[in-house]
This record gives sequence, C-alpha cells and structure tokens, in this order.
Amino acid sequence: MHPAFSVIFLTTLIGAGQGLFLAMVTGQLYAIARFLPVQADRFYAVGSLVALILLLAGLASSFFHLGRPERAWRAAAKWRTSWLSREVIVLPIVMALVFAYGIAHWMAWTQPLFRVGESLQVDATLLLGLLGTLASFALFVCTAMIYAGVKFLQEWHTPLTVVNFTFLGAASGFMLAAAYSAYIGNPLVTFFGTWAVILTLVGLISRLAHLSRNAHLKHKSSVQTAIGVRHTAVVQKAQGATGGSFNTREFFHGRSESTAGTVRLVFLVLVFPVPILLIGAAYVTASPTLPILAFVAQYVGLMAERWSFFAEARHPQNLYYQSVA
Amino acid sequence: MTQLALVIDLNVCVGCHACVTSCKEWNTSGWAGPMVDQNPYDGSPTGTFFNRVQTFEVGVYPKTETVHFPKSCLHCEEPPCVPVCPTGASYKRPDNGVVLVDYDKCIGCKYCSWACPYGARELDEQQQVMKKCTLCIDRITDAKLSDRDRRPACVLACPTSARLFGDVHDPDSEVSIAIRERGGYQLMPEWGTKPANHYLPRRKTVMHIDQDELTRVDNPLRKEDLTTYTGEETLDDVAW
Repeated sequence: MHPAFSVIFLTTLIGAGQGLFLAMVTGQLYAIARFLPVQADRFYAVGSLVALILLLAGLASSFFHLGRPERAWRAAAKWRTSWLSREVIVLPIVMALVFAYGIAHWMAWTQPLFRVGESLQVDATLLLGLLGTLASFALFVCTAMIYAGVKFLQEWHTPLTVVNFTFLGAASGFMLAAAYSAYIGNPLVTFFGTWAVILTLVGLISRLAHLSRNAHLKHKSSVQTAIGVRHTAVVQKAQGATGGSFNTREFFHGRSESTAGTVRLVFLVLVFPVPILLIGAAYVTASPTLPILAFVAQYVGLMAERWSFFAEARHPQNLYYQSVA
Repeated sequence: MTQLALVIDLNVCVGCHACVTSCKEWNTSGWAGPMVDQNPYDGSPTGTFFNRVQTFEVGVYPKTETVHFPKSCLHCEEPPCVPVCPTGASYKRPDNGVVLVDYDKCIGCKYCSWACPYGARELDEQQQVMKKCTLCIDRITDAKLSDRDRRPACVLACPTSARLFGDVHDPDSEVSIAIRERGGYQLMPEWGTKPANHYLPRRKTVMHIDQDELTRVDNPLRKEDLTTYTGEETLDDVAW
C-alpha cells in the first residue's frame, strides 16, 4: 500500500495524544491511591492541553487524506458498518473528554461529588478521566480496525494490528508524559518513564510477533485466481494503461525493497532500544533533556513504523497491475 | 431479485479496446462524467477508466497463449466496498443489483478502493471522488431507449460479441445460460464476494480424426482389384 503522510501523522499524533491523556489519568489514579504524591491541578490541565493539541493536529492531518474535505462531516453516517465512520465519531468524543478533563483540573472542580467506600472521593476530574480512558481505548480500537478490518489486506487483518496501535500509541504518550515531567522538573518523570519502557517492551513483543506472522503469510489470491486461468506460468504483459493509474499509485509504496528494509530497521531501532536506553540514562543521570530526546526519537521511529506498516501490506489488486508494457 | 451483470467471453475477446473507448466516451459525457485525464498527450498519460483491457501470457514460449482480459467492476452480490464507506455514498441498488457511488456524498477517502480486491475503483483526479463502472446505469434504466440500445456501451461496442449483458438471477436469461453451459466462472472466488460478472473460459476447438476416416482399410474394392500397376494411379489415389 502507498503510505500517505496524512494517515501516518493522523495515527501517530492521535496515538501519542491518547497515550498522554492515559498517562495523566494514570498519574491521577496513582495519586488517589497514594502511591504517588498528589500533583497540582495545573499539571494535569497542561498535560491534557498538550494531548488535545496532538489530537487536533491528527484530525487536521486526516483532512489531507480526503479528496473532498469539505464533506468530511458526512463520514459519521455509517457507524453501523464502517470502522472509519466509528473513528470519525469517537475522535471528537475523546477530544471533548480530554478538553473537559483539562478544564475540570484548570478550574479546580475537585470537590467530591460522592464517595465510594471509606476513602475514595469521586470528583468531576476522576469521572471525566475514566470516561476519557474508555473513549481513548475505543479510539485505539476504531483506528486500528480501519486497517485490521479489511480482510483483503492479510498483513493487516489480524488482532495484532489493534494490539500494536494501542501499545505503541500508549508508549509514545507515556514517553511524552515523561518528557513533559522532565521539562518542568517534576519528579514523576521516573514513574512515567518506567511505564513508557514497559509499554514499549510490550509493543516490541507484539510488533515482532506481527512482523514474524507477516513474514510467513500465505496470500489467498494469485494471478491464477485473479483471471481464472489454471496454469503455473501466467505473466501479465499489459495492464491497459501505459502511464499508470490510480491503481498503480494507491496500492504500491513505490520504493525499492531495500528502502523498505531500511525503514523497517530504522523503526526497530528508533521505537524500541533508543528510547529505552535514553530513559535509562535519564534515570541514572537525572537529566531533564534525555526524556524529551527519548520521546522525539520514538515519535520519529513511529512515523517510520507506520510507513513500514503500509509498505508491507500487499493488496490483491496488485496482481492486475504487474506490468505496464 | 434482479442482478444485472456482464458475462465476458475470453474465448472471443481479441483485445481491441473498443469496450474501453466506448465506455469512456459514453460515461465521460454522461451521468458519471467527466472521467478526467492528466497529461493525455505527455510522457505519462493517466486518467479515470471504468473498464480496462489487460493482457496476460499463459505458458512458456513456444507453448504460449495470449489472454486478453477486460476488467471492470464485477457488481458483487456481497460487495465488500459498500459497508466500509463511512458516508453511505457507495451503495448497491436494490432493484437491479448495480453497485454505484453517489458522487455528491463521496468524500474521497479511498477506503472503498482498499476494500475491493479487484482494483475496480479509481479516484477521479479532478473531481476527487471515487468512480467505477455503473453498467451504464443511465442507459440501461432509460425507458426511452429501444431494447437493443438499453445495454451498456461496452456491450454495444464489442465487435466480437465477447460481452453479454443481462440478469444473472433469471435462469433463462442469455447470461445465465452462457454461465451454465459454457463454464462461466467468477474472479477470486476465495474472498466470498460473489461477483455478479462472470467470465467464460478460453476453449480450444479440437477435431479428432482417426486414420480410418482418412484411409478406408476395409475398402472392398481393394480386395476385388486384380490390376497389376505399372506406375499409374492406384486405387488409393482415386478412392478411400
């Protein structure tokens, strides 16, 4: 498949945004459980603002993927059948909840609304945080199912796609939370950094599982089933156009196999070992800049990861577009 | 229920591209148009087509065969491109089974093209909406046209009658009989899309002649012939 930069930015930006929001809520939950010191409301509010900016940037980027962006509102219509439609509905819900969560913290709406058991004081921020968490996970599923739901793209048609999108998005978000904490000199950098490393490692396992699955994939369609001729030697001689078509532009990545291999290597290095080592180094040296570097390296790596995700998918329609001559 | 479809006979298609040009001519100026071209007279011409004729070579030289393969939307009975459309622009007409795109609703997200294993959908570079074969919906539903003309442009243009058009759900239609009696098959059956369009396979016309039919071994004249030949015509030269 052709890796479109609009979609690469969309999926990586909202993944990081959702992950950062999840990190903020996780921090608050740990503080409620008194595992962590309680942070000022401003900390969560600014974190949510950054998450919201990432989500908005992702949304803006997605418009560049549309031929007719002015009609984008129509995309909410078919949520019963289309994962794309579901994403279009869930993304604004997540943005609204992240915004509300940030505002609730900013305005310090932290008077307990009710009480659960002896000690759990439930306030508006906690409710909005939990709702936002549910919506964020729903958004990970919707985004990933757009790809995993297309059965013709066998490289994508696996639950591993959903697992990868979720863990890699969450990892980059927690990495950003660590970077944010480091930037403002907050001691939570260790907490977020540890979680970022754990999520990155889980992401590494699922991404390697995905790569190994795809390396052994047996494609259902062949040129024989494509044209219905039973012979071992069937070669395309002409595709009906000399200068290419939508079919040759949309479904091929257009780079050499060695380039695709290089990009795969780049993402395997930048997404996994580099940020983990940088976070580890930051832990030892208490550096305020290394976590920021870790996030930037991982984000760049994730863009390469998404490019590679697209490039490795082989669409069966390509069987009809093998030769121009 | 009616399911209109094409049946394409690969045995008689000669790869002349008449269906391609007549499709483009009719549809670029009709309801589905324009079908825009970029660089039509330059180095890499490209444009929107609903129908393309591709060529495949089967076998290894010298035992090869050239198969011309016209490819357009197959109007699947289980169209995978329809449920993925987020706006409902992509739909299957309930009255005749034709899969269509509402160009006023399409947002050009290209998701339906990902969900088509046949590559039947093409994004129009100028209008930025998804386009595909309509089976000439504006012709075949036009009651003002005669029965002869109420068929897709490609079918009317084909000089070898390689393209049949009709209702594949009607067992007595020309297309159903052709599918039944001439080995009609569907493309990529492994996906369960149930394409309505079918293809008729290549067939070799082989005549088997025994030696007996050329030389009659039990010709009674041979037994009765007492001539001693000295170079003139024998019985084998004048009779079998």
